[in-house]
Amino acid sequence: MTSGHADTKAVLMRPAPKRRTGRGWTPALLRALLFLILGLFVLYYSLPLFVMIVTSLKSLEEIRAGSLLGLPQAIELTSWKTAWESACTGVSCHGLKPYFWNSILLVVPAVVISTALGAINGYAISKWRFPGSNVIFGLMLFGCFIPFQVVLLPMAITLGTINLAGSVAGLILVHVVYGIGFTTLFFRNYYVTVPDELVKAAKVDGAGFFAIFTRIFLPLSTPVIVVTVIWQFTNIWNDFLFGVSFSQGGSQPITVALNNIVNSTTGVKEYNVDMAAAIIAAIPTLLVYVVAGKYFIRGLTAGSVKG
Amino acid sequence: MAVLQTSKLYKNFGPVEVLKDINISIEEGAFLVLVGPSGCGKSTLLNIVAGLEKASAGDVLIDDRVVNDVAPKDRDIAMVFQSYALYPTMTVEKNITFGMRVRNVPRQEREEALQRVAKLLHIEPLLRRKPSQLSGGQRQRVAMGRALVRRPKLFLFDEPLSNLDAKLRSRMRSEIKQLHQQFGATIVYVTHDQTEAMSLATKIAVMSEGEIIQLGAPQELYDRPNSVFVADFIGSPAMNLIRGRIEARDAKPHFVADHDGTQVALPIDHYDFERDLRADQELILGIRPEYITSGIANHHGAVSVDLELVPLLMETTGFDQYVMFEFCGGELIGRFSSKESIDVGRPHRVQLDLSEISLFDPEAEFRV
Repeated sequence: MTSGHADTKAVLMRPAPKRRTGRGWTPALLRALLFLILGLFVLYYSLPLFVMIVTSLKSLEEIRAGSLLGLPQAIELTSWKTAWESACTGVSCHGLKPYFWNSILLVVPAVVISTALGAINGYAISKWRFPGSNVIFGLMLFGCFIPFQVVLLPMAITLGTINLAGSVAGLILVHVVYGIGFTTLFFRNYYVTVPDELVKAAKVDGAGFFAIFTRIFLPLSTPVIVVTVIWQFTNIWNDFLFGVSFSQGGSQPITVALNNIVNSTTGVKEYNVDMAAAIIAAIPTLLVYVVAGKYFIRGLTAGSVKG
Repeated sequence: MAVLQTSKLYKNFGPVEVLKDINISIEEGAFLVLVGPSGCGKSTLLNIVAGLEKASAGDVLIDDRVVNDVAPKDRDIAMVFQSYALYPTMTVEKNITFGMRVRNVPRQEREEALQRVAKLLHIEPLLRRKPSQLSGGQRQRVAMGRALVRRPKLFLFDEPLSNLDAKLRSRMRSEIKQLHQQFGATIVYVTHDQTEAMSLATKIAVMSEGEIIQLGAPQELYDRPNSVFVADFIGSPAMNLIRGRIEARDAKPHFVADHDGTQVALPIDHYDFERDLRADQELILGIRPEYITSGIANHHGAVSVDLELVPLLMETTGFDQYVMFEFCGGELIGRFSSKESIDVGRPHRVQLDLSEISLFDPEAEFRV
C-alpha cells in the first residue's frame, strides 16, 4: 500500500500524467461512460422501432390496457394480415397489397431510368466537355436544391398538357426529372476521377462515344451505380408529396395508402394495424440498405480508379 | 514520301498561343523526338497529330493526306500514353485486342496478332491478368503491345517512360530502340528528357514556348546548336557558356573574356561563322565539358589553349569526374578521367580544345 501511495505521488508530481503505469481507473471510467452514452443513443434510436414492432403484435385490448413498452402477452399476427390485405384506405378495403405493387411498378422504372440517364450525363459532362457543359452541369446541380413544393404547380400543368396527369407513367416522369440532377452529380463526380487518357486511348483504338461508355466506363461503375440506386430507391419509395399530388385512385403509391389507412378511421383506431402497415411500407428500403449497404459506404468514400 | 507532315500549324487556348508555326516532315522509318521543358507545347502537338485536339490553323498530313478533320481512329495511328491508360476492368488480352474488337476484326486474325505481339514483348504469361496485377514495367509493355498489335502507319509515344524507375527506364529505352530498328516503324516520341531524346532519335525537334527552336539529327544538335537554348538544353552536364567579346590580336580574331582586370583570349580564327560580325561585338562562347581536359586526350591538330584554373567542386560518375572551375567570375565544367587527382582549391593545368566551340549572339541568343 505504501508503495502505491508513493507511486501516486510520483505521478502527481510529473508534468504530464503517465497513464500506463497508473492504476488505470480513469481510462476505464471514461470508456464505461462512452459506452453508457452510446448505449443511451442506441436505446433512444431503437425505441420507436421497438414500440412499432411490439404494438403491431398486440391485440387491440392489450394495447388499450397495457403499457406502451410492455412485451405482448400473446403474439398476434392478424394485424399484419389486415394491414396487408384488408385494411381500409378510404372506401376500398384491400390493405396495402395493391399499393405495394403500385410502388414497385413506379420505383423500379423510375430508378432504372434516372440512374441510366445520370450515368450518360455524368460521362458526357466529365469526359466529352463541350462549350457550355459546365453551365449545364451547374443548372443540374441547381435543380438538386429546388424544394419539392416549388415544382408542384408547374409539374401539374406540364403533366396535364402531355396527357400524363394521374398516371403511373406521369409519376415516373416526375421522379426521373427530379432525380436526374442528383444522379448526374454522382456519376459526374465519379467519372472525373477516371483519367482522361483512358478516353483518348479508346478513341485512338477506334471506339466511339457509346462504345467507350458501355465497354470501359460502365464496367468501372459498380460502386457509384449502387450508391445512386440506393439513393434513388429510398427517395422515390419514401416520397409522399409527389405521390399524393400526381396520382389518383388505384395508382397511388404505398406512402399515400399508408396515410389513408392511418387517417381513415371509422370508430376505433387500430394502432396495431397502423404499426404493421408502417413497417411493411418501410421494409423495402431497409432491405436495400442491408443488401447493398457496404457498397454504399465504399462508393461514397472511394472514387479513384486504380489502373 | 513523308509519313507525317505538319504545315504552318498553330494552336491557341484563348489568347495563349501554345503552338506557333510548326513545320515538321518525317520520312518512313524516322524516329522523331519532340523534346523541351514542360509546357513547351510538345504534348499538345502530339495530341493534334493524333487527332485528339484540333489545331487552330494549319494542316496535318499523314501519308500525304490532309487529316485535319479525320477522327483519331481513321488516321492509322497508335498511341502510348504516359499513364499507360490501360482499361482497368479488362485483362491484358482484352486490352491489347480492344481496338480490333471495336473494329470487328475476325477472331482468328485477332488471335494471331495477339500471339505475335505477346511473344515479341514477352508478355505471354500475363495475358489473363488485370492491369492492377502488373508491375510498372509490365504495364508499359502491355501499353506498347496495344499500340503494336495493329501495325499502324505511325506510332505516337507521349512520355512513355517517365513513370518508370531509372533502371527500368533505360532497359525499356533500349527495347523501344530495338523495336524501331527491327520493324522500321515510324515514330513520334515526346519527352522532356534530353538523354532519352539523344539516345532514341534519328531526328530531334527541340521546342520552347510553342516553337520549334531547332530540328535536326541528334549529333548535329549536339555539335552545332543553333541557339543558346538548345546548347543549354542538349547535353548533360550542359555546355559551358562564357560571356565576352570579339577582338583582334596579332591580326587574328580572338574571343576575349575579362574579369577584374585579368583577360583570357581564345583564338577563334578557325571558327566557321554563319553570320557577319562587327568588330568588338559581344559574344557568348559555348564549349562542351569534354573539350576541357588535362590535355592528355589531345585531339590531333586541334586548336587549344592551356590555362591554370582553380577547381571549386567535383562530381564523380565512376568512370569520369566533372570538375567545376572558377573562370572569369563564372564557372567552367570540365570532364576528366576519375584516375586523375584533382583537389579543390589547388590550381590545375587545364587544356581548352577550341575545335568544337559554338559562338552565340548574347542578345538574340542565336548562333553566329
